[in-house]
Amino acid sequence: MYEFGDVLRVRGVCREYGRGESLVRAVDEVDMEVPEGQMLAVMGPSGCGKSTLLHLLGGLERPTDGEVWLAGRRIDTLSERALARLRRGSVGFVFQAFHLVEELSAAENVELPALLAGCSARAARHRAAVLLERVGLADRARHLPSELSGGQRQRVAIARALANEPLVLLADEPTGNLDTAATLDVLRLFEDLRCAGQTLVIVTHDERVAAIADRLVSMRDGMFVDDIRLAGSTTGRLDGLIGLEG
Amino acid sequence: MQDAVLAMLAKEPSHGYQLRARLRRTLGPLGESMNAGQVYVTLARLERAGLVVCERVNGLPDRPDRKVYALTPAGQQRVAAWLAEVSWPKPDLAEFHLKLAAAAAGRLADPVELVAAQRRELLRRLRDVQRAVLAEPDGSTAGLLLQGVVLRLQADLRWLEACERAWSKIDDEI
Repeated sequence: MYEFGDVLRVRGVCREYGRGESLVRAVDEVDMEVPEGQMLAVMGPSGCGKSTLLHLLGGLERPTDGEVWLAGRRIDTLSERALARLRRGSVGFVFQAFHLVEELSAAENVELPALLAGCSARAARHRAAVLLERVGLADRARHLPSELSGGQRQRVAIARALANEPLVLLADEPTGNLDTAATLDVLRLFEDLRCAGQTLVIVTHDERVAAIADRLVSMRDGMFVDDIRLAGSTTGRLDGLIGLEG
Repeated sequence: MQDAVLAMLAKEPSHGYQLRARLRRTLGPLGESMNAGQVYVTLARLERAGLVVCERVNGLPDRPDRKVYALTPAGQQRVAAWLAEVSWPKPDLAEFHLKLAAAAAGRLADPVELVAAQRRELLRRLRDVQRAVLAEPDGSTAGLLLQGVVLRLQADLRWLEACERAWSKIDDEI
């Protein structure tokens, strides 16, 4: 088990690019923790460092300074091999551009991570069927990505990200390419995952996505400038919003 | 209007015409329709309510307006309450704009902080609406109304982003 139930714990993390005059600090001494089961949204203008932060959390990049802990294990000092294993098994990624393998069916895309992690073909197939059912696409299992809508493709990508039951799902602008209806489908799915106890970190510039999170941090120039706890802070009353109260 | 006038007095005791000029400068073309009497009517009301005091000064002969208005302690309290108040859906952008300008001019509060407080409040409201939207079945008519509320909140949040950017740079020029 890990301390205090924090799935992610980040201490003094920096990520710099370039050197000398052209040195850019994309992430500037960030401290954060994400407790198990929390949905955390990170907002900020483009270039504020939010995507870089997500990459550091998932071991896609290493920090220049500081520590990243995933479920009680320090990951920024892991070997390349160990890091690759961690990315395959403990972390699920969802990207704006879906990144599905175009030659493979929806089901085959979802099977892939389990196969790479050493599962039997049979177990991987079964797991993919369960996940596609969960994201509401059981009837699209044999379709190629090109035969699916943007929203459906993103839901396949989410199913794939869940294939190895990751400790945390990391999503980078997951609704950036989607229309309103497809965005709502993805948000409903995130909400289901949250209810099931999945830990999620979502980077977004869409207020509608950020607003459903438990907690929302805002980034500027690589730093956190605001931290809002949304869960439990609202009344849930809507009458005041449409001018019907009293 | 009353609150904005009070907050502008918090910077320093002023003549009516000075207040009017400051309001017009802050509101730009939107303040052009404001007639001269409006500020004086407001000041008279505030005086009756005990929020400002008016002193006659022996001014220059070419200045007919020799009244100087200043905040009372009650007036100061009201300004502080107004600055801290966060409201929506009253779509009063001008009031919020004046609040930021007055806060900056009188060094009463950091406008960027006021924007952040307003943003937090709107995000909480957006959360309530978004959750209602997610719970609504596809094609529901009520969903359409909720969508309208979401779009308005989003528009306001984007405006606040612009306010935040601008007030981070402007110190006080009003």
